[in-house]
Amino acid sequence: MQNSYTTRKLTRRKTEEFIVVNLLRLSGVISIVTTIGIISILGVNSIPFFSEVGFKEFFTGLKWTPLFIPQNFGILPLVNGTFLVAFIAATTALVFGLGSAFYLSEYASRNFRKIIKPFLEILAGIPTVVYGYFALTFVTPIIQFFFPETIIFNALSAGIVMGIMIIPMVSTLSEDAMSAVPLSLREAAYALGAKKYQVALRVVFPSAISGIVASFILAISRAIGETMIVSLAAGGKPALTLNPLEAIQTMTAFIVTVSQGETQQGSVEYNSIFAVGLLLFFLTFMMNIIGRLIVTKYAQQYE
Amino acid sequence: MKEKFFNLIFLLAVLVGIISLVVLFVDIISDGYKYLTWDFFTSYASRKAEKSGILAPLAGTLWLISMTAIFTIPVGISTALYLEEFASDNWFTKLIKLNVSNLAGVPSIIYGLLGLAFFTYTLSLGKSLLAGALTMTLLILPIVIIASQEAIRTIPPSLKDAAYALGATKWEVSRTVILPHSIGGIMSGIILAMSRAVGETAPILIISSLVFITMVPSGPMDRFTVLPLQIYTWAAFPQEEFRAIASTGIIVLLFILISMNSIAIFIRLKNQD
Repeated sequence: MQNSYTTRKLTRRKTEEFIVVNLLRLSGVISIVTTIGIISILGVNSIPFFSEVGFKEFFTGLKWTPLFIPQNFGILPLVNGTFLVAFIAATTALVFGLGSAFYLSEYASRNFRKIIKPFLEILAGIPTVVYGYFALTFVTPIIQFFFPETIIFNALSAGIVMGIMIIPMVSTLSEDAMSAVPLSLREAAYALGAKKYQVALRVVFPSAISGIVASFILAISRAIGETMIVSLAAGGKPALTLNPLEAIQTMTAFIVTVSQGETQQGSVEYNSIFAVGLLLFFLTFMMNIIGRLIVTKYAQQYE
Repeated sequence: MKEKFFNLIFLLAVLVGIISLVVLFVDIISDGYKYLTWDFFTSYASRKAEKSGILAPLAGTLWLISMTAIFTIPVGISTALYLEEFASDNWFTKLIKLNVSNLAGVPSIIYGLLGLAFFTYTLSLGKSLLAGALTMTLLILPIVIIASQEAIRTIPPSLKDAAYALGATKWEVSRTVILPHSIGGIMSGIILAMSRAVGETAPILIISSLVFITMVPSGPMDRFTVLPLQIYTWAAFPQEEFRAIASTGIIVLLFILISMNSIAIFIRLKNQD
């Protein structure tokens, strides 16, 4: 009697364990299904677009006017606008993020770091639509004050504000890279009579360079995918220009423009946002992989 | 001399971030405080700025976040638990881990496209709260998984080993040791992920397009708008008054986010004791 009770209890425990393990595994599979879903949905909806427009026009055409007659589907102006803003943003973020990382890693006291870190976290947590408002209503008028020819929607304002938004990301990643530089390297330099700034610039910086490069790549990737700041502040006019004071349109802002209206499912405009999305996904995916590969590689460097 | 110069330069770099934050808050509060009245919370959007309010988007945000939480919490914690405690170290586990970190880097607008094509059209959920919440779930799931994994990892192995030594199964250890001990860290991670969802605009804009909504949703199949989307709509108007009312909306949004973050920090600190 006692024996069969124990056996029954054991079987129940085993069954329970079996069910739980498979339920948990199933939720793990959801994340894989999501990735497959993203790729196949972007792919499937792009097929009718590419069969109508063709790869040659898409990648080499110099005009992007899908919402007007005559329609043109050359992606280059959108790519141009995207990278112009992303470059301004990533440069801004690199300059101030790297400076912050130097200060926090080499100069700041523990208490100062404790106070500053939460502020950087808040900066990173502010919604992008708020930054968009800030760019449009605060930063743009300042730029117009210095350069009166600036158009109200311009790449510079969006880029600078996006850069401010990404400062915490660059700062954290670079600081991690700097903290990973062994103390012995710094001490060796100090023993030779080096000053603090010499240690920072000539020992810590070159030793942490791969991590810093990775943070720059990840910053560009983040900036390429950013949507609301550029939709509000950078304008809606696809343009092949390197002038940051002009209006441009990014890939993300184009997707927003089409989605604002009620676009007919299956129309070429509807399909075009998936083709643009596919390129966007591919670009950010590659950069994230490269960035993370560098981070992993450098992390092992000093182990 | 040079030493002081570089010290100052690096300090200035830190201050740029901090000063931007302060300027942003001052700018928004000074633009928007005058519309911050009780009526602002109880009115619908209107063609006149001074009569506009955030009743519909506020209700939409509450609905969306509650539904997203219901979907995200069980799946997120289960995945983290599976990866940390159950999964053996094989290619499948590595694939899931790599995949989760990649998903965390996918731009949010891509999730919007996924939601539009799959939930709105393929599953015929339309531009409903349900379609929005499912999309938002996929978007913040990687964040929840990563945060929960980190919380689970902080549990001392000795605690788990003690339970295993008594003959407990993995699920019994998870239920009686791991989850009770890591729930604080998991909760604070989930709240932070939810605050990210509260501020997200792009995916909701893709799914629901810009519409003039003057009703509070009464069920998951209703159309909806959310706070950041309403702010975007107002900020995009050229009139000065609408921009001002956009900043009033931003004050409310930032208040919600800062409250959520404070709760998360409170839980985290309380958990450390």
